[in-house]
Amino acid sequence: MNTDSEIMLRRNLKHTVRNPVALFNAILMPVLMMFMFVYMLGGAFSVGDAYVDYATPGMIMMTISYGLSATAMAVSSDMAKGIINRFKVMDVSRGAVLTGHVVSTMLRTVVALAAVLGVAFLMGFSPNATFGLWLAVIGVLLLAIFAVSWLTIALGLAAKTLESAGFSTVPLIMLPFFSSAIVPADKMGPGVREFAEYQPFTPIIESVRGFLNGTPSNGHTIAAVSWSAGIAVVGYVWARARFNKRA
Amino acid sequence: MTSSAITASGLRKAYRDKVVLDGIDLDVRAGTVFSLLGPNGAGKTTTVNVLTTLLDSDGGAARVAGYDIATETRKVRAAIGVTGQFAAVDELLTGRENLRLMADLHHLGSTAAKQVVEDLLERFDLAESAARLASTYSGGMRRKLDLAMTLVSTPEIIFLDEPTAGLDPRSRRTMWNIIRELVAGGTTIFLTTQYLDEADQLADRIAVLDRGRLVAEGTSGELKKRIPGGHVRFRFADAEQLDAGARVLAGSTPDAESLVLRVPSDGGARSVRTLLDRLDEYAVDVEEFTVHMPDLDDVFLALTGHASTEVTAR
Repeated sequence: MNTDSEIMLRRNLKHTVRNPVALFNAILMPVLMMFMFVYMLGGAFSVGDAYVDYATPGMIMMTISYGLSATAMAVSSDMAKGIINRFKVMDVSRGAVLTGHVVSTMLRTVVALAAVLGVAFLMGFSPNATFGLWLAVIGVLLLAIFAVSWLTIALGLAAKTLESAGFSTVPLIMLPFFSSAIVPADKMGPGVREFAEYQPFTPIIESVRGFLNGTPSNGHTIAAVSWSAGIAVVGYVWARARFNKRA
Repeated sequence: MTSSAITASGLRKAYRDKVVLDGIDLDVRAGTVFSLLGPNGAGKTTTVNVLTTLLDSDGGAARVAGYDIATETRKVRAAIGVTGQFAAVDELLTGRENLRLMADLHHLGSTAAKQVVEDLLERFDLAESAARLASTYSGGMRRKLDLAMTLVSTPEIIFLDEPTAGLDPRSRRTMWNIIRELVAGGTTIFLTTQYLDEADQLADRIAVLDRGRLVAEGTSGELKKRIPGGHVRFRFADAEQLDAGARVLAGSTPDAESLVLRVPSDGGARSVRTLLDRLDEYAVDVEEFTVHMPDLDDVFLALTGHASTEVTAR
């Protein structure tokens, strides 16, 4: 545990554990949403099969999104305080601070996903995925989390205040609602339907849904991987540029 | 290495068309305290940021610990410690964890790191609160923790940017004592402050910064000689006593309206006693007296011809 990135990661993990709001947003909130949509509202949606099987991939995406505001705020508060200048004068490698945020966001999200999946199984979730397909789910999701983490960090760096940093992730949090997360896109009204079909989260959700149903869809998977790779590159380049400018 | 810890010539920095540093020349001897004195907006923090490699200058050159700030950045960083105006502590970590973070980032190794951390906690009187989050610390404790974090690497040159701004008088004294100990240990201190008494207490040499220019430099004594303004005021019960006092005390200026007599003085106990003794000797009754020492405003008025009003842009 000696590289700068590892030291920064440890710092961020301590922050996460000590920040109840971040933990609530990242873990409890998605679990609550899961209950709300599947137990309270799920009966009203007709999606062909058991709603919990349909909704779980969407809830996975919501879980990924929900934790992001905490990351944006953590990045923004780092930048607002003198601590970054201290790191800079100490010659801590420039990437280490951001790498620490990315990795801790990914770890926190994975923990949250485990919680949400656990709840899903308790509610009767019964996927048909083989071991290989589960690995594919994990791969697609990790790439997606990696991508939105970098994008969120860039948003956090670009925000001028802590409040606007928290607010900047709202579009990312809203995006799953305008995707096939809760109901299939073709049941939506015109305009929203097209948006839901072509926005990045839909192919990610659909590819995960395909894997879990045991019916992988190559088209969705390719789209999901391409979107994630694109978002990751944009997020990374933007974040590095903002960081060097501000730090 | 020469005996200069910091040298600078013609440092310039501007943000857009606002000139912040307008040709700064410095020569700080190793093992001394150098104080940069000036009001808000004079360019103190910018000077520190340039010398500590946080900001690139637009012109001029500087060497810190013998290394060029522009081309030998990493070597400069390895030799210095910086405690900025806003306590740069991690509020979600405890005092001990903050220090440990610094020790880890300096790659001290586990045993050495533990030793250094506990020593610093002890030395800065933070051992009792070491397990509490830094967010629960008072302003004075944060500053101490901040400085302790800077000292983890035992830097040879320490930059302190307004280390006592916003501290209560007692925390201020503590900070002063810590700074004195550091100097006694051979560390060079570059201190910025807006308090004349702080520079007076601590600095071997003081430079006065005004609107990005150094307007005076010298020892505290040399600067004070250039500053009028130190005086004692005596208030009398009536005009008769005032006149008597004015006759007895040479060089005094009476103000008949407020019945106040103003006498130039260095404010020291001995010279004040001499004045009082003399009044007593001639049986002049004094209602009350006050000692006025020159403050930053007097320095500025004397050196620049304008008051040290805040300059808005930084």
